[in-house]
Order: sequence, then C-alpha cells, then structure tokens
Amino acid sequence: MSDQSPITYDSKIEGNIIFTQLDAAINWMRSNSLWPMPMGLACCAIELMAAGASRFDISRFGAEVMRFSPRQSDVMIVAGTVTYKMALSVKRIWDQMPEPKWCIAMGACASSGGMYRSYAVLQGIDHLIPVDVYISGCPPRPEALLDGLMKLQKKIMGEHSVTDQKKALVESL
Amino acid sequence: MTAAEAAARITENFSGAITGEKEFRGETSLTLDAAALHGICSFAKESLGFDYLVDISAVDHFGEEPRFEVVYELYSMGHAVHLRLKIPVSEDNCEAQTISDIWPTADWHEREVYDLMGIGFRNHPDLRRILMWEGYPYHPLRKDFPLEGKPSDAPELAFSDAAPLAGGPFVTVPTDGTTQVREPRARHAGEVPRPEKFIEEP
Repeated sequence: MSDQSPITYDSKIEGNIIFTQLDAAINWMRSNSLWPMPMGLACCAIELMAAGASRFDISRFGAEVMRFSPRQSDVMIVAGTVTYKMALSVKRIWDQMPEPKWCIAMGACASSGGMYRSYAVLQGIDHLIPVDVYISGCPPRPEALLDGLMKLQKKIMGEHSVTDQKKALVESL
Repeated sequence: MTAAEAAARITENFSGAITGEKEFRGETSLTLDAAALHGICSFAKESLGFDYLVDISAVDHFGEEPRFEVVYELYSMGHAVHLRLKIPVSEDNCEAQTISDIWPTADWHEREVYDLMGIGFRNHPDLRRILMWEGYPYHPLRKDFPLEGKPSDAPELAFSDAAPLAGGPFVTVPTDGTTQVREPRARHAGEVPRPEKFIEEP
C-alpha cells in the first residue's frame, strides 16, 4: 500500500487487523455512504435522476440511497431554482437533517439564482444554508454531479471528525 | 358562425355597452363597458356557444387612464371560433366583476390576475394569491414594480430581496458576433456605438 493511504495493512503480520486513525476510518465510512436528500426543484432534478440511473449509477460512490426523509440523509442536493416561496421550506428541511450534514448546490440556479435575476427567485441557496460544493451548468450533466460528489468525498476525508465534532468525548479520554 | 358574426350578435344585443370593435389578422376583439361584462359573457356562453374560456390576462397601460385592461379570450369548441373581450379598469376603482360563476376555470385565472396585477374581482368565491405567497405586499407584474423585486418579509412563511441586476436586465441580441456582442449586460438606449456585425433588431 502507498504511504499516502490513511489505512495501512500488512497481510504478513495480521490477517484480520487494520491499523488506522479513528478520524480516517470515520471519514472513510461517512464519505462512502453519503445518503442524499434529493431537493429536486426544477430541471436539475432530471439530471439528478439520470445520475441515479444505470448509465451513470451514483451507487458506485455509495450515494444511491435517496432518502426523502431529512432525518435519514447526510447530504442535501439542492437541484433547481429556489424560489422565495420555497426557500424557507428548503431551510426547514435542512434544519431537520441530523449532523454531520453537507450541501451540494447543483446548477446555476441553486448556486447563484442563475438566469432568474428576478423578484421571485432566491439568488443562491447559500443565502440560507451553508454550501460545501457548487456545481456549474444549466443543468449540469450527471458526470458533473458525480464530480461534485467526489469533491465532497475528498473534503470529508480531510475533516477532523472526532476532534472537531466529539470534543466532549475527546476531553473525557 | 365566424368571430365577426359573433361580435355582431353581441353588438346587436348589447349595443350600448360596446365601446369598440377591432379586427386584426383575423382576430376579433370587443371593448366593453365593465358593467356589462357579466351579461355579455353569459350571453356568449349560453346563446353563442363560447363554451371554453381560454385565458384571462391583464394589461398595465402605466401612465394612462384608465390604467388597466382585463382581457378575456373565449373559444367555441363547436364553431372553432376565437373571440376576445376587453374591459377597462381604473386604478382608483381597481375591480372587475367575476365570471367564475359562468366558466369555473375563471376562478384561478382571476386569482392570477389579482396576484400579479392587483385587480380585484367582485363576488369571487376565493380571491387569494395563487403564485406569490399570502402576505406578499406587492403585485409584481405592474409596470411600476422593478424587475429585481423589493424586499419583503412575511414571518415564518417567506421573505424576498432585491436581486442584483448589475446593469441588467440581461438580454440577447440577434447577431452573428461573439458572445460579448450577443449577450450585452443591458439593451442600450440612445446614441451608443454599435459593435461590428450587429444585426438590427426588428
């Protein structure tokens, strides 16, 4: 195994034991089982569906479990135009998602309002909720969504999940 | 029956209420007194066979009096004939009579006109906003409402902000020039040097 890998495994020494850091193991589990909350609001949702279907197959990245319940999802994919009428509902669903959670703004509208510079459209979902990955395109191809997902996985692999998110636990040790 | 014949029948029966008739490219439009609208619509449906109300829309002639005009598009399935009725609505008495008791589809069309143009409808069964949310204080399709919108706040329900137009609204012009030429930030007015390869707009 290369030195870059967070996991070291030597089959000559141990058959059943893997030495790693707790952060790395948790991040590895999290990043490969991202359950999306599909916030399909416009045409981007069609590309999101295409990303879930057999040709692009988002399950290769462990993100095929589209949970329509916010309580069971990890990453909200905001796919489409967020109107002001919908905005607080999106925020509310985001608030119902348990931590740790991430957000992908898919497409021009969700990222910046896109071509809708108008009275009815929120100019980017980042006005309401923190966005981890922005994907350009109108709508983005499924490849672009998968690329965004891989970017997010890379970001999660760099997090200090235990020290940052379980401070009380770390101190008690 | 043709549209002209239908218009003639209406003029015959409501001669005092018709203030104008116009034919343009095969489309017949009648301008009516607002007070006579309900009677004429009943007549058009019951006696002339206009069984389908295609659409209701409104026009804002900002700066003129009367300011608004409500437009009704009628269609007769049996005769395959279109007819357009228009009534003037002033800004001070911003109301029209509902016709949702004649064509039930008028219910939502009138709600849309009320929502976006701010014209009320007397005796409407359920006059609520249909696109914007309850509590939104403006009527966005009026000419004096800016495209970028205005800030508003309906607690727990929705809010809105003015969008950054950055010199827009964004437009495209017909040209075989580059993207920069094709998509200027805004349509120029007055004496502005035209870029090369610019094709005059119709």
